[in-house]
Amino acid sequence: MDIFLQQIINGLVQGSIYALVALGYTMVYGIMGLINFAHGEVVMIGTLVTITVAGTLLKAGMPVALAGMAGLMAAVLVCMALGWALERVAYRPLRHAPRLTPLITAIGMSIVLQNLAMMLWGRNYMTFPSLLPKVDFELAGANFTAIQIIIVLVSAATMGGLLLLVYRTKLGMAMRATAQNPAVASLMGVNINRVIAAAFVIGSALGALAGVMVGTYYEIAHYQMGFMLGLKAFTAAVLGGIGNLAGAMLGGVLLGLIEALGAGYIGDLTGGFLGSHYQDIFAFVVLIVVLMFKPSGLFGEKTGDRA
Amino acid sequence: MLEVTGLHVAYGGIQAVRSITFHVNQGETVALIGANGAGKSSTLKAIARVIDAVGGDVHFCGEKISRIAPHDIIRKGIALVPEGRGVFPRLSVLENLEMGAYIRNATVEAKKDLKMVFDYFPRLKEREDQLAGTLSGGEQQMLAIGRALMSRPKMLLLDEPSMGLAPIMVQKIFEVVRAVAADGMTILLIEQNARLALQCSQRGYVMESGEISLHGDSAQLLDDPKVRAAYLGE
Repeated sequence: MDIFLQQIINGLVQGSIYALVALGYTMVYGIMGLINFAHGEVVMIGTLVTITVAGTLLKAGMPVALAGMAGLMAAVLVCMALGWALERVAYRPLRHAPRLTPLITAIGMSIVLQNLAMMLWGRNYMTFPSLLPKVDFELAGANFTAIQIIIVLVSAATMGGLLLLVYRTKLGMAMRATAQNPAVASLMGVNINRVIAAAFVIGSALGALAGVMVGTYYEIAHYQMGFMLGLKAFTAAVLGGIGNLAGAMLGGVLLGLIEALGAGYIGDLTGGFLGSHYQDIFAFVVLIVVLMFKPSGLFGEKTGDRA
Repeated sequence: MLEVTGLHVAYGGIQAVRSITFHVNQGETVALIGANGAGKSSTLKAIARVIDAVGGDVHFCGEKISRIAPHDIIRKGIALVPEGRGVFPRLSVLENLEMGAYIRNATVEAKKDLKMVFDYFPRLKEREDQLAGTLSGGEQQMLAIGRALMSRPKMLLLDEPSMGLAPIMVQKIFEVVRAVAADGMTILLIEQNARLALQCSQRGYVMESGEISLHGDSAQLLDDPKVRAAYLGE
């Protein structure tokens, strides 16, 4: 029983992070039908920027809380700028190109960003500074930390804020209208370029936040960390129905839970033949199953009724 | 009010509109009629900057608007009701109308206009919270016109408002078009249903293979033997 509860907690934490990253994929896809494969790298750069900024400030003797906040702010700002630049430089010139072209560009941008990060931060694993106090709790035989609670709560609050933005503000309505019919949204006076840029910038800010969470949680970072995280978050977005915000949130949490429970029980189920280091296969088994049986995902629209 | 001079539209090598010139005076309803593919819709889209013209100028209220950004056309006071209606299917009726008022900040004024739209189209009031995609074709056309009015435009461009609608719906839509015109709106109307278009306009232009072949008072055009033979099915 305690391993079950333990894995549920671990899955929720990991799932909240997937959900935040998945939102970046799904927002961009919802508005312009593009899979921004470079999004995982944006998350990675968020983590590495935090290491540099918070690490430097800590060494200079700044209190942990302040250094952590500064690191987070720096990551969010850098990633927003990066998201904006990606759209402006890599995708906008291809707005009317065949669908495969921006997809290949996205993969190219992903490689460019990885190499850029390697040049700036080196190839070695880096230690993420301890920004949150290590407090442990115990509940019915399962252990969890303050960091885990904070990750889940901050993700939930951020996602709530995003839903308010999309469903209660003028910008949000413009984004939804643009997603449904960009030409007519433009007739209504919506500057399509600005709305698309906003989707990239907001998605990147969420990605930066997720990057800081990943760093805080695993205390380690690397220039290639965005690749697997990005693929899994993309899987989460597909699971929920890509283009659908609630779908990305649910898909992220579900994927985290599936992975955690799978990793927790795979040893018992296979009589010790496969161990928990096979964790990564679950995400991709999920991706394959979803694509085979329900390619539109849990909340996805049946067919593309995009105009 | 609207001056179109030498407007030229081409898609690749295909000439859709060949250097046409026409104008619409303030308070007037002008019909642009012609067969399928005559270039009517391309003309309207070029005016609204949905597509780029190859050549020619468009002036509105004395200001040149043929080079401005597409999303600024509505800020100049021109609202296009697009062909096929173009409602936002997964926004509610109310949200669609709010999108119409996107360029405006005065919520009190917009509320007043919302009441005006609901007076023109009581059906929309009943369906306020419904998703626009679930409306019938006629209701979507009402919504598209209502949405255009929400920007409080100086001029309406209507692209085939009767397309695909049941005759009774067409009648209803055109009653409102007449009412809106009677309230002082300037309208440029594109229609395949030439009789209907000429009946509710003061002047008309006939387009043929991208050129204006005939123009005059709508009443005259209705009596013109060539128009009667070609477009009124007589």
